[in-house]
Amino acid sequence: MQNNTITVLKDKKEQVLDLWIEMQTSEDSYFNAEDQNADSQELVDAFLNALDADTLENKDAIGFDRAKEVLMGISVSRAKQGFSPRETGIYLFSFKEAILKTLYDNVKDPVALHSDSLKISRILDNMAILTFEGFIKGREELISRQTDEITEISTPVIRVWDGIVALPIIGTLDSSRTQVVMESLLQQIVETGSTIAILDISGVPAVDTLVAQHLIKTVSATRLLGAECIISGIRPEIAQIVVHLGIDLSNIITKSTLASALQTAFAMLQIQVSNKR
Amino acid sequence: MDRIPILKMGDFLLVTIQVDLYDQLAENLETDLVNSVKKFDSKGVLIDISSVAIIDSFMGRILGNIGVMSKIMGAEAVIVGMQPAVAITLVELGLTLTGITTALNVEKGMELLRSKMGLGYGQNNYHDNNTE
Repeated sequence: MQNNTITVLKDKKEQVLDLWIEMQTSEDSYFNAEDQNADSQELVDAFLNALDADTLENKDAIGFDRAKEVLMGISVSRAKQGFSPRETGIYLFSFKEAILKTLYDNVKDPVALHSDSLKISRILDNMAILTFEGFIKGREELISRQTDEITEISTPVIRVWDGIVALPIIGTLDSSRTQVVMESLLQQIVETGSTIAILDISGVPAVDTLVAQHLIKTVSATRLLGAECIISGIRPEIAQIVVHLGIDLSNIITKSTLASALQTAFAMLQIQVSNKR
Repeated sequence: MDRIPILKMGDFLLVTIQVDLYDQLAENLETDLVNSVKKFDSKGVLIDISSVAIIDSFMGRILGNIGVMSKIMGAEAVIVGMQPAVAITLVELGLTLTGITTALNVEKGMELLRSKMGLGYGQNNYHDNNTE
């Protein structure tokens, strides 16, 4: 009986594939047909090749490893291409539907049909879980790569004058980011021999006690090196928040704009900038 | 017993720490330094820690002590050349060495000391430009 089911499926491979692709086509998400068909073809081949009397009984059979691998690859690449979870889910579930329909059309014995359908469902459901794992894995890879990129590009230390470096911070300051900011700032101070560092926080959306703590740490570390640190870009709402939270910034030179911070820096270094006349 | 050499340069004392500090060495330095300040009637002390890679809380405290001790004996202490990693470690330990002044390198430290001698008591720990 079981052999019958398996033979039917193996014989009707083309029919399963056609039926599946037809189901995919009816979904909105269907695009880039050639790639998708190639993926589908590969998965059908891998799955049906693995299917025999033994593997049908065991959803964790080693024989399915190839099919699982193919499916994992498809899920990861779909996540990276920006498919929604629903689309990826439907992709595999329509495969199951195609197989079950083929079985229904070709296996006439109701008992065998029922029991084999259940077994195949179990195998495919197990693979569906894998799809989600693969999908989420793909997403997480994408997110962590983007996070790394943002951290890298978001801490440029600019040399604005002889002996003055500036570091505009854009985005939220968390512990790991502060660490990167602090390291690159201190490194630049030592490399350029600058005596003044300007930390511009006009691009920081919110300041809480933790962020303030991070800022104070950075300023202290700069002072330990023998340079002075000015914090600029304190927006009115940030000033309000800082006072309401009771954060003491009185030991730190703070300015509202980068321009006034630069002026203060000039005064400290006794540099005079004037109109040419 | 190991000692760190203390060099006299006019009104100033120059200490360059070239080895990793261990506790006994740091304590000896503290004693030797205050004795030298007394002996030479120095007006300033410059401590170069550019080749020190590790400073723990004890060493941080010793450095702070040296700063305060020199100050009450009438000598200004300047620590120069701290490595970024060391600065980060000290800040994480909560030691911001508020009592002492710092400078980026020996040259700037000397300039700072000279300007402080000329101006009496300086308020800031950035250097003043003498070449005006």
